[in-house]
Amino acid sequence: MKVLLQHIAHARSGDKGDTSNIAVFAYAPEFYPLLKAQLTAKRFKDFYAGAIRGEVLRYEVDNLEAMNFVCHGALGGGVSRSLCLDNYGKALSAAILGFEIDVPDQLRPLLRGAHLLAA
Amino acid sequence: MTKTIRIGAGAAWWGDRVEPAQLNAERGELDYLCFETMAEATVSAAQVRARRDPTFEGYDTYLDDRMRAVLPACMRQGTKIVSNQGWINPDAAAKRIVHWLRELGHTGVKVASVNGSMITDRVLQLTDRILENGQPTSTLKPTLISAEAYLGAEPIVEALRAGAQIVVTGRVADPSIFMAPMMFEFGWDPLDHVRLGQGMGLGHLMECGAQVTGGYFSDPGFKDVPEPWNFAFPIVEVEADGSAVLTKVAGTGGAVTLQTVKEQMLYEVHDPANYLTPDVVVDFTQARLEQIGPDRVRVTQIGGKPRTPTLKVSIGCTEGFIGEDMFFYAGPGALRRAQLAKKILEERFRIVGLQAEEIRIDFLGLNAIHGAATPADAPEPYEIAVRVAARTATREEAIKVGREVDGMAVSGIGHTGKRVPHAERTREVIGVWSALVPREQVPASVHYFES
Repeated sequence: MKVLLQHIAHARSGDKGDTSNIAVFAYAPEFYPLLKAQLTAKRFKDFYAGAIRGEVLRYEVDNLEAMNFVCHGALGGGVSRSLCLDNYGKALSAAILGFEIDVPDQLRPLLRGAHLLAA
Repeated sequence: MTKTIRIGAGAAWWGDRVEPAQLNAERGELDYLCFETMAEATVSAAQVRARRDPTFEGYDTYLDDRMRAVLPACMRQGTKIVSNQGWINPDAAAKRIVHWLRELGHTGVKVASVNGSMITDRVLQLTDRILENGQPTSTLKPTLISAEAYLGAEPIVEALRAGAQIVVTGRVADPSIFMAPMMFEFGWDPLDHVRLGQGMGLGHLMECGAQVTGGYFSDPGFKDVPEPWNFAFPIVEVEADGSAVLTKVAGTGGAVTLQTVKEQMLYEVHDPANYLTPDVVVDFTQARLEQIGPDRVRVTQIGGKPRTPTLKVSIGCTEGFIGEDMFFYAGPGALRRAQLAKKILEERFRIVGLQAEEIRIDFLGLNAIHGAATPADAPEPYEIAVRVAARTATREEAIKVGREVDGMAVSGIGHTGKRVPHAERTREVIGVWSALVPREQVPASVHYFES
């Protein structure tokens, strides 16, 4: 079944200059391999096309069942000179929750926010 | 019995709440209460303000509020305080703290100030390249406001060894504020990268306060925490080998869970195996987290590698001005009216000859936050704010943004909502750049005061 990322992972963004790091964390260990296989650095960057202007590096953090996406050129030239209303990119991590991901049907009971899914 | 020390957070940024700091002071049974109050541009902004406002003391503008809230309990219980509220004038902050100690009747308390991070007058000689763009730092000479190196934990440890009960600093690395007490209490060597890695990793988990106890976290139906209006700041219980438990005062809102700790562990981290700090290079990729009870997460095996020979320097520069304002549409057709408004503004900026390095006109409610990454099929909202911003070389140009938004009131289109009177619509831009400096070039100095 295809679901939005928000049902299998949570995320947090942090800022350093013009770089935003968006870390994505599996809600359950079973979801981590799906993230690794499907949420590649290229797909991540494509998902933020236009908003992230530089390189995206993906770090796998197996002990946390997480991946850290380091996104260069994501903060409008830097927090202080950015014209974006959210100049720190605090809400930037929320966009990736809308990434569509393929989940085996048998993992359905582990999905978060299942009340929002069609029966 | 093994010695355990309890370190609590008192602030994660300048504007943070004061009441959780007081709660930690009163009910956290703390050995140390640590405050982090500086952002990247804090020093530069303080320099600009100090030039214009001779009454500005140069330290955290909430110093009085914070110290009055926590000093009674800290003095009663023997809790020591480490804080970077000194900003550009740690001596003045220390003297002000002495003032409050005397007011409260506590005499003979030793307060230390940690100085030496400010290197504005030497930065162009000491540094070579700008890290962000590879240009020589000398290119920043015409716009330079201030420069400061990120000091490590050692001068704080020195002050604690000398008997200071309160240590107030200028710029030091945020996690170092929290690690210094561990180094002092357990006698960790500054070059013991194994223990310092764990300690600095813990400092990193503490430095953003409520972000590890349920703040910046809740998402209803997905990630819920109790009473998100009643957060506590974190407490870490540390043993001599650096093993630790993260927790918070019982009976407060929020939560300390594997999820809250994981999110904070990678916050503002780039390569998780090589998190650079003045004291040690931290490796989060072997860390072990274990939920050992309600709101109790055990943290072990954060790794460390030898520190680098350099310190990071933040260089603040004037970079012109930003002019910004917004106005509103609602009801059926809000988006089509907003789109025409955008077109009108673009034409008006051309007519009045706005000289801008960058102009941005967004529809708040649709695409102002995620910009180009907004899904093409995002639904049309019922209400939209047209938000316009431009970065310019002079304030005169920046003012044009607000003046053209003024024009939208009676010379715009139907159903335009507008704020009158409006808030300040121009602000100065302080750009922050980074460079590296050999650590031996930036010696710290510690001064002592007594109440």
